[in-house]
Amino acid sequence: MELFFNPFDNLVCILLGISFTVWFTLLLVFIIVPAIFGVSFGIRRLYMKTLLKVFEWATLRIERGAKEKNHLLYKPYSNAIIAKEPTSLEEEIKEIRRSGSNKDLDSATEFELSDIFYFARRGVESIMDDEVTKRFTAEELKSWNLLTRSNYNFHYISLRLTVLWGLGLLIRYGFLLPLRVTLAFTGVGLLVFLTSVVGLLPNGRMKNFLSEKVHLMCYRICVRALTAIITYHDSENKPKNGGICVANHTSPIDVIILASDGCYAMVGQIHGGLMGVIQRSMVKACPHIWFERSEVKDRHLVAKRLSDHVEDKSKLPILIFPEGTCINNTSVMMFKKGSFEIGATVYPVAIKYDPRFGDAFWNSSKFGMVNYLLRMMSSWAIVCSVWYLPPMSREEGEDAVQFANRVKAAIARQGGLVDLLCKPAAIGANGRSARSS
Amino acid sequence: MGSSSSSRNKIPNAQELMHQTGFSSAHLLRLHDRFESLDRDNRGYLSPDDFEVLGGLAMNPIGGRIIEAFFSSGQDTVDFSSFVRILAHFRPTDRNRNKEGTQQELPSSRTRKLKFAFQLYDLDRDGKISREELLQVLRAMLGLQVTEEQLQSIAERAIQEADLDKDDAISFDEFKKSLEKMDIDTKMSVSFLK
Repeated sequence: MELFFNPFDNLVCILLGISFTVWFTLLLVFIIVPAIFGVSFGIRRLYMKTLLKVFEWATLRIERGAKEKNHLLYKPYSNAIIAKEPTSLEEEIKEIRRSGSNKDLDSATEFELSDIFYFARRGVESIMDDEVTKRFTAEELKSWNLLTRSNYNFHYISLRLTVLWGLGLLIRYGFLLPLRVTLAFTGVGLLVFLTSVVGLLPNGRMKNFLSEKVHLMCYRICVRALTAIITYHDSENKPKNGGICVANHTSPIDVIILASDGCYAMVGQIHGGLMGVIQRSMVKACPHIWFERSEVKDRHLVAKRLSDHVEDKSKLPILIFPEGTCINNTSVMMFKKGSFEIGATVYPVAIKYDPRFGDAFWNSSKFGMVNYLLRMMSSWAIVCSVWYLPPMSREEGEDAVQFANRVKAAIARQGGLVDLLCKPAAIGANGRSARSS
Repeated sequence: MGSSSSSRNKIPNAQELMHQTGFSSAHLLRLHDRFESLDRDNRGYLSPDDFEVLGGLAMNPIGGRIIEAFFSSGQDTVDFSSFVRILAHFRPTDRNRNKEGTQQELPSSRTRKLKFAFQLYDLDRDGKISREELLQVLRAMLGLQVTEEQLQSIAERAIQEADLDKDDAISFDEFKKSLEKMDIDTKMSVSFLK
């Protein structure tokens, strides 16, 4: 009996051993080594093109199937009540103000009594019908990317499609997910280990150089762990030392995406657990700005530390996401003004995710962090574009809020995102009575 | 979002509202859907902060005043009927209805529209637009491009042109008179989809 099992056991062991070795070699050669050197084989782009073709086919099938059965395919988003004007209020205000300052005083008087009608109407229009309610749900797709989570109307259309979906499921959870999880662990582990090692060196050029290399390498591995295909535009505007890099925030992955292309000093609150370990080891290699929970409430302390960092030109640019929560990638919500009061040069960056491959939006009230990461890692890929916008500084007579809005508008314009103001910004006296704050 | 089969029975006094405001039942239903989506906590009424989250309103120079128009009777909440009655001011003026001899004047009539606009200026509801109130609105609308002196002279001019009884304020009748040639209807009507 024993003799019967042994060779079989041996065989299994040998097979397992071989497959692991092959696995790790492939991993090393195709993923980790390029990550270290920052080169790419172009595998991910090929993968992306193939996926697109498959999705197109899948969408056509669904649409054909839906037509045959007369199903309503796309959930009607809202019942439009009114026909709204195509120009946004912001543009109209600018138009009015521009012509108001150019004309002489006589014609400027024409404005006020009748103008109120216009603003009243626009105001009431936005009460009746506006974009806001769409903001916090994930963007709905016009094509289906074989993930049931992004198509709420998925009905059984055809056998072929279901088979394809099943195959996709198998590939994603059976092959891609373990691969990505391994990579993620490798990336994070290396980050912690290597930054601690670099931290042992004395301060100096060598340390900075090594720390830069280490950070970049580990972030690149993490990027591959998510199969993120990133296109960087306008790299000549990349943030420089002594500046503040400001970007719109869709998901926690934003940090990894930006940090894999350049070195930044991060700002944030110290967490416990694994995040805390990572944070503490990162700060050994190069100066990041981590705050204790109690310090976060003290705005002056925060501002002081940030400005101290910014004044030291040898330190890396600070990376800040001024928005409070994660926004569904179509809007750029109110930017908190704190980062803009410091007076340093601001380098705006726009990040836009391509929703066709996987929705990177994190609805923090619905999903926890681990859940979110698992969803990310079991999507096909994360495709996004990063635009580095030219640097901006605060102009004479502009206060922090106006500067913030200007930066926000620039980012929104670049990314094709809808610019929403959700708090009364410095538009001026709204004429609110003493009752309101 | 309300299902298409929701009946008018969901809306209290639907018939009366239709009669008083001039909205069709289809419009009323959609406005009710809208009311419900603004009322995020499902309380059956709206409070000022439900309006304040609307981006279009926040950006509007007179956004705060528009919100206050809904809460003008001193309460902190507005129910659906009051909501609709205020919005009815922005319906296009029905020229035909008056010919039928309806007793009740609709909110969308010219006079009512003017009254609504007047109240946007007249914050303290004393029936007159004082110089200070006018200045406040001008400041909000013309903002930073114009200096304080220019604002003062614009306000001065406006009052001189409109103020007929020389009491240094614009009453409602003076307001109406100064705008008598203006096509209020187009400027102050929202185009409703059929």
